[in-house]
Amino acid sequence: MTTALALRGIDKRFGSTRALEAASCTVRTGTVHALLGENGAGKTTLMRIAFGMLRPDAGTLEVHGAEAHFRTSADAIAAGVGMVHQHFMLVPAMTVAENIALGGRGRFDARQTTAQVEAIGRATGLRIEPARLVRDLQVGAQQRLEIVKALAHDARLLILDEPTGVLTAEETAELYAWLRRFAAQGGTVVLITHKLREALDLADDVTVLRQGRTVLEARTREVTERDVIAALVGERGGTEDPTIAAVVPTAAARTASDAAVVLALHAAHYRDANGIERLADVSLEVRAGEVLGVLGVEGAGQRELLRLLSGRLEPTSGTVTRPASVGFIPEDRLHDALIASFTLTENFALAGAGQRRGLFDWSGFRRGTAAAIAAMDVRATGETAPAWTLSGGNQQKFVVARERAASAQALVVENPTRGLDIRATARVRSEIAARAGHPPAAVVYYSSDIDEVLAVATRVVVCYAGRVHEVARAADPADTTPFTRALMGAF
Amino acid sequence: MDALIALWDGAFGSSYAFWSATLVRTTPLLFVGLGVAIAFRAGILNIGAEGQLLAGAALATAFALLAADWPRPVVVVGMIVAGAVGGALWAGIAALLRHRFGVLEVISTIMLNFVALNLVSWLIRGPLQEPTRVYPQSATLELSGRWPLLIPGQRLHLGFLLGLILAALMWWMLTRTALGFRARAVGAGWRAAVSAGGIDAPRTILWVFLASGACAGLAGASEVGGVTWALYERISPGYGYTAIAVALLARLDARLVVLSALFFGALEAGASAMQRDAGVPAVVVQAIVALVILGVLAITRVQQLLRAHRAVPGAHP
Repeated sequence: MTTALALRGIDKRFGSTRALEAASCTVRTGTVHALLGENGAGKTTLMRIAFGMLRPDAGTLEVHGAEAHFRTSADAIAAGVGMVHQHFMLVPAMTVAENIALGGRGRFDARQTTAQVEAIGRATGLRIEPARLVRDLQVGAQQRLEIVKALAHDARLLILDEPTGVLTAEETAELYAWLRRFAAQGGTVVLITHKLREALDLADDVTVLRQGRTVLEARTREVTERDVIAALVGERGGTEDPTIAAVVPTAAARTASDAAVVLALHAAHYRDANGIERLADVSLEVRAGEVLGVLGVEGAGQRELLRLLSGRLEPTSGTVTRPASVGFIPEDRLHDALIASFTLTENFALAGAGQRRGLFDWSGFRRGTAAAIAAMDVRATGETAPAWTLSGGNQQKFVVARERAASAQALVVENPTRGLDIRATARVRSEIAARAGHPPAAVVYYSSDIDEVLAVATRVVVCYAGRVHEVARAADPADTTPFTRALMGAF
Repeated sequence: MDALIALWDGAFGSSYAFWSATLVRTTPLLFVGLGVAIAFRAGILNIGAEGQLLAGAALATAFALLAADWPRPVVVVGMIVAGAVGGALWAGIAALLRHRFGVLEVISTIMLNFVALNLVSWLIRGPLQEPTRVYPQSATLELSGRWPLLIPGQRLHLGFLLGLILAALMWWMLTRTALGFRARAVGAGWRAAVSAGGIDAPRTILWVFLASGACAGLAGASEVGGVTWALYERISPGYGYTAIAVALLARLDARLVVLSALFFGALEAGASAMQRDAGVPAVVVQAIVALVILGVLAITRVQQLLRAHRAVPGAHP
């Protein structure tokens, strides 16, 4: 069997930080290969080297059997390598078709590109309207566009960095099924992911990186989940499984039927700027001490629901009740929660900056920042570190700590564990769930991962076509059937 | 070589060159540089400082001529206010166009520069023309409207002091106050400022835009009150455009604007001397100034690119 991609003895430094140290990865042609590792382990860096975005300090790169010296990612694309980045590389002001044509040569033929997008949509199920502006697409659709873009450039080796973070369960299943078909037809897939179980189910081979070194290379059928977790976290983690199960009992045990109502919507409607009704006649209450789980496929109205509850949008009609300040953790933290060029202290001060008057109490903010860093074990060089220097997981931990400090009464979160490694996921999830504890706050928790919502929520509502329905759990609390049905409109 | 020596001598060669040429040229650049810096900080591409300067100059002249009989302190303070108001009003047109109709300020401000120039042109041939109605300029200001000099025997005037105070004030506003923080947040990350900060971004933009125009308007008032004592067409040799280079070289930092305004002020003063003493024609002088500006901008841009390159999200583990 031939190798589609071989990285050997790769070293890479960023300033004084050693990102990769003699890392290796061998991907067989026609397979799905899972690349696992915690945030900062070097997965993305290694694949950026394979994609020509970074050049290694040492080591060799082989693509489809030939040694490659990519100078730019254009060379990699020409060699049949495609990469779908976790942080999208799209031009928001351009249409879907124009984004796909970017990087091509010669004239832009809109009709031909449109036909190509539609053909790929038919072949893969990754449907996307070619004429839409990218800035009007929601995160999930942008993710699909990234994949379609790589396919449009005839990629035979596809590298996907956390592709399912924002996809719904059905979209994920569809993507995975397609990735298998792509591999069966001779294509090759490298999947950078944190979703351990899915990766092991889907992939033929697995490579695990830890602190820049390759610590495990194996066929997935020859290793257990426990082996992989041990490789991921090293000696530090011991053998306990720091995944979902840990959080379930604490959340499910609480009920708060007599506690005060903190967040409420009454007959609320919301129309967007284009006059499209996103939410229709929504009434719901969230009491202190509750974690209200929210589910919904993309565009079902959950995005607007979360923003009404957190005060980031006002209803077109109907009433909304909420405290003066509601903590909000948006899905796109790099754009909506943090200012990348600002220091952590400045980002801490950002929460509620619209209401402040007069002088800024910087020493107070510095203390708050230091407390937030300590509380969530945020790995940063200090309060004056710019936000962009933090890894995704540490950025999110910082946002969680900040929003918790911003409001004692309510917290609304949207896909809070997107792109985080298992350790950070467990931490963020349990911190948010614990927020409903002492002092009791109302928590609204949306995730595109049903298991995650069921793990933390005391009550679950499902958004479908702009309406919000409460759905009761099955006898087995982990049974997702009623929710999967509700997501498709079957109540 | 002679030309370069003349350039240096013209800027720093004597106490007169420094206090009466360089610093006098620095003064308007300080005001407009601050105005551009604060706008760019908030993500507003105000390239209309030239027009705002002219509007400020026109209003300050009108006030000084109307209130010529009043006590000097009242007239001078009134001119300062009139200059700021004039600049802010002129910027306000572009600000309102953006706020209401989403008109790009890059286009509206540069167009308003030409409108302002023609407006001044009309004023000095019409309502504000000097009494003999011969020259296209306003009447010379009475003593009441002439700004006090800072050093006896030198041309340096009150405007320079005001500019320094404004720089300190702006630095303090941007770093210490809620208002300044909002302006910086909107400029550095609009979406996070709105979503995480609950900041009313359009409103913030409106205020910063007006403040930016006010700074440029002050430059106009200061030129009229401190240097020309009259309004005429060529009152600004493109200070409003040089301001962009001043602000960018200072990395939009109010403190550094003082130094970068001094640098460009020295260049302007030295260039005049070079033309006078070394006989280098005016066109060459302007070309050299433009080349220096281009070089400075290129270096600044390269530094920005380097920083942006390092700032690629995720490129750093």
